[in-house]
Amino acid sequence: MEKLIVSSSPHIRTKVTTKVIMRDVLIALTPAAVASVVLFGLSALLVIAVCVASSVLFEFLFNLLVKKEQTVSDLSAAVTGLLLAFSLPANAEIYHCIVGSFFAIVIVKCLFGGIGCNFANPAVASRVLLLIAFSSSVGDKVATNFMDPELVGGATPLEAIKSGATDSLPSLIDMLVGNRMGALGETCAIALIVGGVYLILRRVIKWQIPVIYIGTVFVLSFIIKMDFNLALYEVLGGGVVIAAFFMITDYVTTPTNTLGKMVFALGAALITVLIRFFGSYPEGVSFAILIMNILSPYVERLCSRKPFGKVGKK
Amino acid sequence: MFEKLLGKLRIPHLKSTASCEPVVMDAPSEVIFPTLQHRGKPAIPVVKATDTVKVGQLIAEADGKMSSPIYSSVSGKVTKIDLHLGADGRKYPSIRIESDGLMTVCEDIKPPVVEDLDTLIEAIHASGIIGLGGAGFPTAVKLEGVKNNKLETVIINGAECEPYLTCDARMMLDNPELIFEGVELLKKYLPDTPRFIFGIETNKPECIETVARVFADDESVSVMPLPTLYPQGAEKVLIYNTLGITVPENKLPIELGVMVMNVTTLALIAKYVKDGMPLTSRCVTLDGSAVKEPKNVIVPIGAKVRDVIEFAGGLKCEAAKIILGGPMTGVSIYSDEEPVIKTTGGIIALSKKDALANKSTACIHCGRCTEACPQLLDPTSFGRAAKLDNVDDKMQLLDESRINLCVECGSCSFVCPANRPILENIRTMKASLREYKAHKAGLK
Repeated sequence: MEKLIVSSSPHIRTKVTTKVIMRDVLIALTPAAVASVVLFGLSALLVIAVCVASSVLFEFLFNLLVKKEQTVSDLSAAVTGLLLAFSLPANAEIYHCIVGSFFAIVIVKCLFGGIGCNFANPAVASRVLLLIAFSSSVGDKVATNFMDPELVGGATPLEAIKSGATDSLPSLIDMLVGNRMGALGETCAIALIVGGVYLILRRVIKWQIPVIYIGTVFVLSFIIKMDFNLALYEVLGGGVVIAAFFMITDYVTTPTNTLGKMVFALGAALITVLIRFFGSYPEGVSFAILIMNILSPYVERLCSRKPFGKVGKK
Repeated sequence: MFEKLLGKLRIPHLKSTASCEPVVMDAPSEVIFPTLQHRGKPAIPVVKATDTVKVGQLIAEADGKMSSPIYSSVSGKVTKIDLHLGADGRKYPSIRIESDGLMTVCEDIKPPVVEDLDTLIEAIHASGIIGLGGAGFPTAVKLEGVKNNKLETVIINGAECEPYLTCDARMMLDNPELIFEGVELLKKYLPDTPRFIFGIETNKPECIETVARVFADDESVSVMPLPTLYPQGAEKVLIYNTLGITVPENKLPIELGVMVMNVTTLALIAKYVKDGMPLTSRCVTLDGSAVKEPKNVIVPIGAKVRDVIEFAGGLKCEAAKIILGGPMTGVSIYSDEEPVIKTTGGIIALSKKDALANKSTACIHCGRCTEACPQLLDPTSFGRAAKLDNVDDKMQLLDESRINLCVECGSCSFVCPANRPILENIRTMKASLREYKAHKAGLK
């Protein structure tokens, strides 16, 4: 008999590995990707392809350069690339995509230690960088593109609300299917929700997180505007739906415990609404997520449970 | 009944031997008895090389109460007593006996005299019976606790939440009369007329049915079906999920009026009181992807794993890993020469494909370990502690997050998508916290 393997228990492990989780996220993002190509045409496909390919390539090259074990096969770089593409306008310049991927993967993720070590959501941080970096230098058109991007010049729903031009809003049905201005992956709420439900059913994310986030944005918007319809536009416009299912549910940059995750969602919703209604920008989802990313470790510790049977305070 | 039950983990059941009535194994040619098969002090050998022994004959006596005597499971000759490297990595004196194949029963065997609680406890101590669910805590010591505390509930643990294992299930199905007699025995001699609750996972409906039928006329006995979620059989989890009682860290269950006893332990106590044959054999579930015919076997304690596998039909492919016990909490052994001991509920032989672990990758902060922990601990805080440089800070964080409350069920490691050795690290850190505290106490 050959030598037996001796190891610490448990001797069986789950089949749900990091790669399986990331694959599920990619599957969940597929309906929205398809919808974006249908809505915005092949230029959307080009943006997606460039973002995903350059993200994966940057991670590969970084690992090669610093002689780290390759991690591209865990698919997390592909997820980051796809999410970044989703937050860009369909007519984004190729170099925007490449700069965005570089910042997301190399600066935000790899320099902090790679998967699991970044403190901010790479795709979100990169979106904010593009928004700020290119709004002054590239001019007004691109600025609005990155903020709440427009395809052919019309205002996005959130801009329309912000400027009081509520007559020009698309119908709510159009908001649901995505027939409106916006970033390429954000507009089709239905496709995002289908993907989100898939993630919930696969136990990748918890249903409480999107429910709390979307619910809070809706309720606060309603309280501020006292208009049911406008509150619905607030939820369906901008990045609320994609953030609810795909960004504030990111494992690495949110608390590990369920209570903490819920507090995170609540806080993100609060900041989103504050920026939208009281800030100068029409959209606040990305900033809200970044701010909560920074608070995440503290939220996590404040929300930790009391060990079962521990005597005394938590 | 309760808002939330502890233990939430879905693990594969793999109970392919659930319908296999145990078969009795022939006398193996050699048996090995490590003197530590229980929690507490090792037993002290009372035989020497060349002595002849018979089945049921005392070969090592208990070293005080927190210990348990060991009896020969075969008739034959003691060949030697040497230090044997156990699966826990320590060495204990072990008694090797060469079997004559006759299984001649020792003529001293006679039912014990049981008249009251004291004689019952004495009998249980003498029987060599310990917690057979795997913990190996001397049952007599557990029963001593009822003298100073008011006993309200006895929970009979039939959860058997480990994958593969079906010994307890078979005991409930094949020997319900022993379980009935066991409960009657405890009722007769335990003070305070406690109620009895059987905790059985719902993936064993026949067991729930059988036990409920046997105790149909007894109002003090009830069956509580438990969700099939790991680890229902862990003592504190079981107490919470059946009674809603939280066992605080500074108290024993008995101080709260609760006693948990494994269903096989209970049945074997009844059997011992009836026929006086001490614990010399036990049911072992033989299963795993390398095993040709998974089955339940009544194995003489001390039999080598290799002999058990051979008796049961052998392997269909080479075993890359052999586990004593279940795959969640069992111990992997380095050689198939290792003996079956009192607490061995299963022999799981895995093929190479199932034995090789995936590579461990970076933690992605998913929180699945925290969510899975039945003790509501936060393994990520242990990870944080591990990264601290200052040893006092490290130990303080470990202590505050109560790493010592970890029951080592393995849920955290099981769910980890990055396949990190979480429990392995916890074991190491628990040990260093223990040493640190002992050191600090020594300085004072």
